Amino acid sequence: MSRPNPSYEGSRRQKFMQWLKGEYDPSEGKLETTEPDTSLFTDSEYHEIHLYLRNEYADNEEHFRRGVRKHLTRIQKLYRLMAVITAIFMTVLLLWAVSYEPSYGDPNAPENNEVATRYIEHGLAETGAINIVAGMILDYRAFDTFGESCVLFVALCCVLILLRVDADEEAGSHAREAMFDRHFEPKNDIILQRMCRVLVPAIVIFGIYVVLNGHLSPGGGFSGGAIIGTGLILYLTAFGFANTERFMTEKVARLFSVAALTFYCFAKSYSFYTGANHLPSVISTGTPGAILSAGLIVYLNICVGIVVACTMYSFYVLFRKGGY
Amino acid sequence: MGSSIYTNYEEIAAVLLFVIGFLNLLIQPNLVKKIIGLDVMDAAIYLFLAAKGYIAGRTAPIVTDGILSADHYINPIPAGLVLTGIVVSVSVSAVMMALTICLYREYRTLDLDEILVMLQEQETAQLQRIQRDEREGRSA
Repeated sequence: MSRPNPSYEGSRRQKFMQWLKGEYDPSEGKLETTEPDTSLFTDSEYHEIHLYLRNEYADNEEHFRRGVRKHLTRIQKLYRLMAVITAIFMTVLLLWAVSYEPSYGDPNAPENNEVATRYIEHGLAETGAINIVAGMILDYRAFDTFGESCVLFVALCCVLILLRVDADEEAGSHAREAMFDRHFEPKNDIILQRMCRVLVPAIVIFGIYVVLNGHLSPGGGFSGGAIIGTGLILYLTAFGFANTERFMTEKVARLFSVAALTFYCFAKSYSFYTGANHLPSVISTGTPGAILSAGLIVYLNICVGIVVACTMYSFYVLFRKGGY
Repeated sequence: MGSSIYTNYEEIAAVLLFVIGFLNLLIQPNLVKKIIGLDVMDAAIYLFLAAKGYIAGRTAPIVTDGILSADHYINPIPAGLVLTGIVVSVSVSAVMMALTICLYREYRTLDLDEILVMLQEQETAQLQRIQRDEREGRSA
């Protein structure tokens, strides 16, 4: 006696299969089931029948569960096969596409069009940035970079919502994680701490250098911010939360991120407004090569660097502990 | 097949890397390995874009010697696109990792197949409970 799949019972598929096989249940909708007659059975007999039925039911339950697992493994095998076939198909298709592309390093490839030429030939004069890529992403396409910074900030908010340990949450729910976190807490490792005293200032200063020289050399807000964030994470691993919380809390990170994004938004809005309406602007490109040149690019790089550093550090803290 | 399959080694490497990441994403049951597969796919895209931007014999677009001719520098646009890609990839990875941690806290496993079995069992139990309730309600 096998119990049918409950999701199959009464479904359209079942009715269709019944119709196909020519089956039909004569008792459907006509037969009335009643409770067992207690006058026929004594209480103990009734109890035994009940137990028997319950065991049968449990057996069926077990069968059903095994069936579900079997069904899933069968689906998985098919899924794997289909995945490999899709991957092979995709490889062939993409390689076929690549074979018709212009060859590597070809100067006449269609992507080296007038847009790139224009950026290179007029970029220095129009933005004042020696690094053409920085001039491109923070001047011509500054709105795109603003969106990127906002994406980072929104990702930080999402992770905060998902992983935050609230103070009013019940105590036991995250006690396990807190227990494991104690392994990572500093054990006053003297070698790590001495090395950090030398390394962390160097790393942070190098990060600031990369941010400030974003318009003069390779680098910029994103890479420099990531370097600064890494330095902060190293400091945290060496000295623990008690020390970092003196200057870097959730409030500080949020305040700096929001302030940087707001400044970016207003500065670039001003620049776009004056540029689009041919109004005189206070922003000048300055002398190319000087540290305070290239108009807004230095300040926008600083904003982006702040957002990235705060985000990197907050990601680490949230993933490790779920709060500051 | 076109002729430039013999010169586009970078693009071929990007395609292979992309497919490896894609297969990893599809086949691995472990959620963290799936995320790693997605990151490998991202890396393949960066490699492809960087390869597209390169022009043989030219330097990075940083004007250090005052030459302002487009014949002297590589294409700067793919570099900007790669930057966008990296930032979005970091954000997506972080959100996926956070969701994985939430799933682990709920089910105490990272195996997607086991989570699916558990979900199926939960669903079945719920269905049976509803049916039992209905039956009891009808008899009462």
